[in-house]
This record gives sequence, structure tokens and C-alpha cells, in this order.
Amino acid sequence: MSSVKDWAAPTPISENRGGLIGKGVDRYEGRLKVTGSAPFAYEVEAPSPPAYGVLIASPIAKGTVTLADISEARVAPGVLLVWTPHNVPAQGERGAKINPRSQRGSNPALAERIEHFGQHVGFVVADTLENAKAAAALVRFDYAAEPADLIFEDNLDAADQPEGEEDVRVGDFEAAFAGAPVRLDETYVSPLQNHAQMEPCATTAWWDGDNVTVHTSIQMVKGGQHTLAETLMIPSTQVRLVTRYIGGGFGGKGQAYDDLTLAALAARELGQPVKVAYTRQQMFQATIHRPAVHMRVRLGAQADGRLDAFALEAVTHCRRETPFTEHAANFARSLYAAPNRLTGHRLVKLDIPAAGPMRAPGEASGMLSLECAMDELAEQLGLDPIELRLRNEPETDPETGKPFSTRQLVRCMTEGAQRFGWDRRHPKPGQVRDGRWLVGLGMAAAIRGNFLLPAKAGVRIDADGTITLRQGMTDIGTGTYTILAQITAETLGVPLAQVKVELGDSDFPPAPGSGGQFGAATAGSAAFAAGMNLRTALAELATGDPNSPLYGDDPELVTFGGGHIAVDNRAEPLDRLVARAAPDGIYVEGSITPAADARDYSQHTYGAHFAEVGVDPDTGEVRLRRMFGVFAAGRILNAKTAMSQITGGMIWGVGTALHEYNAVDPRYGSFIAQDLAGYHVPAHADIADLSAMFLDEVDDKANPMGIKGVGELGIAGAGAAIANAVYNACGARIRQYPLTPEKVLAALP
Amino acid sequence: MKAFTYERPGDVATALALVAEIPGARFLAGGTNLVDLMKLRIEQPTHLVDVSRLPLAEIEDTPEGGLRLGAMTTNSQVAADARVRARYPALAQAILSGASGQLRNKATTAGNLLQRTRCPYFYDTSKPCNKRAPGAGCAAIGGISSNTAIFGASDACIATHPSDMAVALTALDAKVETQSGAGEARVLALEGFHRLPGDTPHVETELRPAEMITAVVLPPPPPGGQIYRKARERASYAFAIGSVAVAGGRVALGAVAHKPWRAEAAELALEQGASPAEAMDAELRAARPDGHNDYKLKLMARLGAACLTTTGAGDGQ
Repeated sequence: MSSVKDWAAPTPISENRGGLIGKGVDRYEGRLKVTGSAPFAYEVEAPSPPAYGVLIASPIAKGTVTLADISEARVAPGVLLVWTPHNVPAQGERGAKINPRSQRGSNPALAERIEHFGQHVGFVVADTLENAKAAAALVRFDYAAEPADLIFEDNLDAADQPEGEEDVRVGDFEAAFAGAPVRLDETYVSPLQNHAQMEPCATTAWWDGDNVTVHTSIQMVKGGQHTLAETLMIPSTQVRLVTRYIGGGFGGKGQAYDDLTLAALAARELGQPVKVAYTRQQMFQATIHRPAVHMRVRLGAQADGRLDAFALEAVTHCRRETPFTEHAANFARSLYAAPNRLTGHRLVKLDIPAAGPMRAPGEASGMLSLECAMDELAEQLGLDPIELRLRNEPETDPETGKPFSTRQLVRCMTEGAQRFGWDRRHPKPGQVRDGRWLVGLGMAAAIRGNFLLPAKAGVRIDADGTITLRQGMTDIGTGTYTILAQITAETLGVPLAQVKVELGDSDFPPAPGSGGQFGAATAGSAAFAAGMNLRTALAELATGDPNSPLYGDDPELVTFGGGHIAVDNRAEPLDRLVARAAPDGIYVEGSITPAADARDYSQHTYGAHFAEVGVDPDTGEVRLRRMFGVFAAGRILNAKTAMSQITGGMIWGVGTALHEYNAVDPRYGSFIAQDLAGYHVPAHADIADLSAMFLDEVDDKANPMGIKGVGELGIAGAGAAIANAVYNACGARIRQYPLTPEKVLAALP
Repeated sequence: MKAFTYERPGDVATALALVAEIPGARFLAGGTNLVDLMKLRIEQPTHLVDVSRLPLAEIEDTPEGGLRLGAMTTNSQVAADARVRARYPALAQAILSGASGQLRNKATTAGNLLQRTRCPYFYDTSKPCNKRAPGAGCAAIGGISSNTAIFGASDACIATHPSDMAVALTALDAKVETQSGAGEARVLALEGFHRLPGDTPHVETELRPAEMITAVVLPPPPPGGQIYRKARERASYAFAIGSVAVAGGRVALGAVAHKPWRAEAAELALEQGASPAEAMDAELRAARPDGHNDYKLKLMARLGAACLTTTGAGDGQ
């Protein structure tokens, strides 16, 4: 196994002779997307005319389907098939091999047993979407409903320790907290959120003999392929899963849903391609969501601000049958120094749809608590919030004592403070007015873990010099195609236009997919390894070819650049070499595995958010006036796509603080907001002046390229900066997110 | 969506006749609300009579010094009209605070008045709703929506009317001109155009079957200031949680009732010399919050007082 020490050596990426690494090049697939010619899963052309499937949802939260009358629907115009719990084909049990913690979510499709409102109980396929929808309204169901536990707040007493998750204690928190001269003990509540991707879950499926091809919208290619194979009770080799373009995932498409299962089953039954897409309402009710979290923060400090005692205890909820913990306390284990520490999680099981990962799981919720608590403690101590954080900056990981791979949190805060104009913040709230608006400033730190998973990639060069990278990786709108093209082009010293990238196919070398902000580092490192292997193969080809000007040279001395392979001043174009010496092209693979000693380092990305808000004292409306973030996240591959990721995360943080939440009806178990008119994410008008910058950084403990993830860091802490700014503006400290006009108005004098 | 037929007649008389003759027929204007509701099977017309291209899209001066807004004028067109902006700024502000640019380009003056509530229980067809199925009951009562009525609600319905434009039109004392199949023309005050829910919340306006709005007429602008302010959960593209229109001495409130709510008690108090805050208190004395929407009392008191202070309504009485 490799060591992180191997990763410090110079590479084509660190040398960056072509200048492609870090360059803000346009999106590889951007033109296809903006011209509407990138086929998403539902739009993929099937080999023969498809039929259309429509799902029917349960109106009860818990119970059993006792009757399903399909007689009317079955004979409705154009109807090809009507399935209910009583006639849906047998499905294999899944989950054991893939991911028992989350893949249980939608298995089996059309179960007789109802476990949440909106669970699918019927499925109609017809020749047109319109006929399928019309017939779906004709299926009659009876249910035996049972009492259900639906409301998180009503069941807090039933919270249990998640299986296998002990609290983490360092020192003696209770004693230190009791003895601390300055103490804070507050509870913060983060909201339940839905992913609300623009593109719904959708699948186009068809069979060719015993083999099924599915185009579907999923973040993890292999997980989807294996899950479907288990469901269909066929070997994975008979399932080809393709996911070329994904209109937003955010963690919500990490798993397979009923569209995939039922499209494949129905296509087999009918011998005809079948398309199935979720409706907007089904996206809310029949996928996963980010659970609400109650977070109790206790801080015990000396008068100078140094923390003696720190505790963050999080209570969250999940679906009864699908254990999932929102790890809202984990981030705090590496953030601030304190000798006595306590962190842990408790879980309430409810009869509502499954909780699951959503962009920056853990941090996105968790930092809403501690980063406000630090603001409150700073005020108690009479310290600037940045100064309080500086006084608690650890030299090594405060829980484990491990060295940090890199940590530029202090510089993020100080650089950000200077550029934002933090010195203009009035330490006393409610002192600044602009017209009718009360104006305030707030800040928060950001931390998010960095990860590397095993992955492979394949790269080939053809006789015309075209280099094609293939990987079972996904691009969920983040820029994966683009950065993989940049890495491949830079590694092989060719112009970007010479590189093609093909992703999202289970036939390609596997990568874990998009999630946990591990995608760029993981897929990119495998692509880099494949590119390095191709360099080796090309060097050996050239130095071993009597017709090459490099013949007889030491392959170790070969360099690549400008589309040429060279030793000293002897060179030839790659396409000429390959056309002559390997006319069928060359294909090699590369792989990455985490270094054996990677866990010897505390490895994170960091940032600092600064926000200025206005509060309308007439209405309690909060409007963002400007926001700025400074981030340190390793080497940046693409200035433009990385900035989009970071600012997109910050915007989600704004939404988390001010707009975005859902609530469960206590009688029905349904979400109150079921469409994008009722579920408020920020509109353009909510995001006035928002920008960010990256600090120079290379993390040579992270992976061979020194990069880190940026997909989730931007949301971590962002909402807390907003809430702190609201407090600074008007003196209202609201600990229950989001800070809607209703709550702000109630808190205003 | 349920199957339906569609046609686009060339004149008003034909359109009126078609809707009068064909059971289940409906007028289609901008379609920004009706088509969405059809997709959810909340509206299930058998036949759509497209009136969007009838010659009803003019904005004309009236001899009295007001404006006649043709039924098919778009929201964008009205909000951008120089006469509207100069003489009825509250109307322009109200329209521009609603929906999105794309929707305002399609949505019409008449359609805006006839848009249906945004009550989440109206939209969720798995729940009982007296608007969708009269007599079924109201899931919003006892539910968790907080954007419900504080004035004029009934045991059958606590929904609010979602329009911004109609609130400003109420303060501006607009009239609705209609025609029906028999050729009869009527003029209705906008103030009385929408109904309170009572025990028939599915009957939302005084329009008769197959009667069509042909224009909205604005009287000459009243003396005094005008304003429309809207509170909402995000800066754009969100329905009001409370809004206030003031035009001279007339005051209307939005998102508080099944109809644009004319604040007569506040107007009277102002006439009698009350301060803006006292006038709003007088109005809100009749409010009946339900435990989920109590914030609207504080919201409307403050927002209303702020608007009245800005326009100077009641000054010099």
C-alpha cells in the first residue's frame, strides 16, 4: 500500500506546465446542457417506442393495503399493465451486499405494508403518459391504517443511542463544565430539508434477451447496478446502468428508487422499453430528506475565552425501518481546542420517509449550532467572535492529537475579516440602520472532512491522437467531466480539445460516484493514475520504436507537452507515434487506494463565512445584503467550477438560515410543502452580493494531486453566519432555523 | 391530467356561447394557474376555450380619467404601462411583487383575479378539501399551515386569496366588467367580486356560470399617496404572508382572508383622526387567529401602520 509520503513528489499536476490545472475552463458538457441537447435519463431515446409508467402513492402513513381494485384501470385506454402489492412481480431481497444502512429505502417496490405517507402502492403503464396518468386515478385502494409516530418533537423522549455509536468523551466534561467561570448551555434546532433536485428521479429501461439496460438518474453507478441486479435476481453482469447527466443529486440520488425497479420489471414484462419519472410531489414524499436535529451545546470557558469544556449532543430522526444518523456532532471533534469534550448522537425512529444524506451531512446541520454558540459566548466574554476562535485554535487535532495535514482556518478568518470589512461590525446589536432596515454583520467558521476512496479509471489514445477517459463516475452538475478532462490533458501534456471524457456507465472502470465531497479527489486521482500509466506505455512505445526519434532513450527521461513526446530536443507528436507504432490505439487503466498512513493525519477543508443582513422591523423579513467566504481546500482544479461549488454551498446555507424547511402534518404524516412554490429555496433576488475566494493550498497528505473536495464545504457554517448577522442587526437570537419572518417578528421588541 | 378538448374562437360572443353550451367547459387565458391545477387533477375541465388572443388586451383611458384594463392584458403589460406607473403606483408595485417575470408575461388581468388559493391542503389531493370536493371537509383546519385567514374564515374553509394585484385593485376601488352568453353585460365592484367562504368555499366569486370578465376599470386615482407592501418568506417568487395596499384613504389587506380584505374599520378610524397604529388596531380587533397564524396580527399591525405612515393616510383629518 502506498504512503502519503509518496504523494509529495513532483507530478505533471504539480508542475502544471500546460497551465490547465486551476484554470477556469468552461464546462465540458456546458454547451449540450444550455442548448437542451444533453439527454437526461427520461429523455434518452429507447431502441423502440417506449411505454410510460406512473406511480400511485399511499395517502396513509402506516398500515396495510387491504384491497387493490384494478378492474377499471386495467381496461382504460392505452393501459398495458397495472401493478399493486397483490400482483407486482417477485423482487429479490436487496441491501445485504450493497449498503444495508441506506439501500433498504425502497425495497421492495409496491409493498403491501405501508411504512410512510407517499409510499408507492400502485403502478400503471400505458402507451402514453397521459393515458397512464388517467388510468392511475382509476385504481381503488382500501387500507387498514395504524397509529403512527410522525412528529419528531413529540418523540424526543424516545431517542436512543444509535447502534454501534458510542459517545466520544475526552477528559471529564461534566466536572470541567461545572467549574467553568463562564458557561453557555443552549439548544439549537436545524430544519428538515428536502433535496428538491431540478431533475426528478427517472429511468428509461429496456431489455435485450436476458440483459437489461437502464438509463437512470443516480449518483452511484455500481450501487445502482448491484441493487437492481439483486432486485431482478440476475447477475450484475446482466445489468448495464447508465447515468450520463444528472440534474442535481445533493445526496438524494445516492440510492435506487422505485422508478428504477419498476421500469426494469415492466420493460421485462412487456418486452418493450418503459420510462418512469417521479412527479414533483413524489420527489418530496418518496425519496429521502435531511432530518431535523436538536443540538444542545454546552461551552465552559475561562474569562480569557479559552474553552475548558465543550459538548455537542445531537438528537435526530430517521425512518423506523431505515436507521440513519445525521452526524451533526462529528465536525466539532476537530474544530476547537478544549481539554474536556463530549460529543454524541441520539436517534428517534418515526413513521415518515427515510432520512438520508444531503449535501454536507452532519456539518450542514451541526455547524448551525456551535457556530452560533461561539457567537453567543463571545458576547458573554466581551470578545470579538474571531478573537474567541483564535484563542481556541488547536495545534493538533483536539480529540485525537493527530497532526493536521493542512489547516488554514486562522488565515481564512483573518483574511476574510480584512477583505469583508469586519472591523465595521458594531459589537452591540441593533445599532446600525439603513432606511427602515436594521443592518448587522455575522461570521462563522467552516470545516468539512476530506476523503479518498478506492477508484479506477481507463484511458485510451487512438491513432488520431484523441485521448478518451472512461470511468464509472458521475457528474451531478458539479463539473466532474471538466476537471477529469483537465487532469487527463495536463497529465499527458495535450491540449484540452484532444481529450474526451465518458462517464456514468457500469461497463466502465468503477469509481464510487459523487458524494461526501470525495468525487474530485477520488475519481480525479484514478484518472491521474491512468494518465501516468499511459505516459509510461507511450514512453516505452517511443523508446522501443526504431522509427521514433526517441528510440533507445531511457523511458524515465521522456517528457510530455504540447501534444508531443520528447527527450531533450528530440520529439514527435503523440498522434504520429500512435498511428505508426500502435495503430489500434493503447488502453490502460489506473487506480487509487487510500494511503496506509492517511489516517495518521487529521484531514479537513476549512473556511470562514462573513455575512451582512438587513432585518425589516415591520415584517421580520431578513434579506442578505452581502456575503463573502474564504476557503482552503487543497489545490484547486478549476477556478470556475470550484467557485460554483463553493458559492452554491454558501447559497444553500443562506436558504438553510432563512427559507428552507419542511414540516410533517401530525395527522397524515405528509410534508406540508410538496412543490417548489411551497418549498422555498433562495431565489436570485435573495442572493445579492455573494462571493468567495480560495487560499493557495496543496495538501500532499490528501492524494497524489494535493487536491481536496469543495462540494460540501461552502454550506458548512454558512447559515450560522447569517443567524449571527441577524442577531447583530436586531438583537433577536433565534435558535430554531430557518429564521422566517414569523419567528423574527416574534423575537423583535 | 384528465383528457380534454381545446379550441380557440375568434370573438367574444363565440367564446361565451361555447362555454355556455358545453358542460365542463372553461375559459383558458394565460394558463399559469389552471394548467398547473389540471396536471394535479384539481381542475378537470372537459373543454378549454382559449380566450387569450381575443381582442381584450388594450389599456385605454376612460372619459372619467381612469383606465380600462382589458381582461387579456398581461400582468407585465399593466405593470409597465406608463399611465399605471404614474397614476396607480400601488397597482404596479403589487403586480411586480408577484410571481416571476416569466409568469407575469403570461398571466392576465382577468386570470389573476380568478386564481385559486395556494392552501397546501387544496393542492394535496389525498386530503379532504371543501373547495375540491364540497362537503368533504377541510384538512387545513387542525393542520399546520400558518398562511391562513384571520378574517372571515368559516368552519368549511380557512384559505386565503393569493393575489397581490387584487389587493391593490381593491384599495383603488376598481370595477370588474363582465359579459355572459346571453349578451348581458354587468359591472361589479371588485370589493364585492370575491366571496367569503361561508359553507360554499368552492364558489369563490360572484361570476355566474359562463360569464367572462372583459375588463377591469380603474376610477381616477384618489387624492393622496399610494403604496403596496408585501411580506413574504423570500425576496421574490413567494406568495404573501401579509400585504397592505393604501390608495388615498382606502386600505386593503392581502393574505388575511378568502378575498382581498378591505380594511373599513381602519379607514373609518383614520377619518376620525386615529394614528396609523390605532387604525390598524381598530381593524385587527375583528381578526380571529387560529393558533398557527397568530403572527399575522403583529405583522399586519406593523406593516399596515408603516404603509399608512408612508402615504400620510389620515393626515390632516
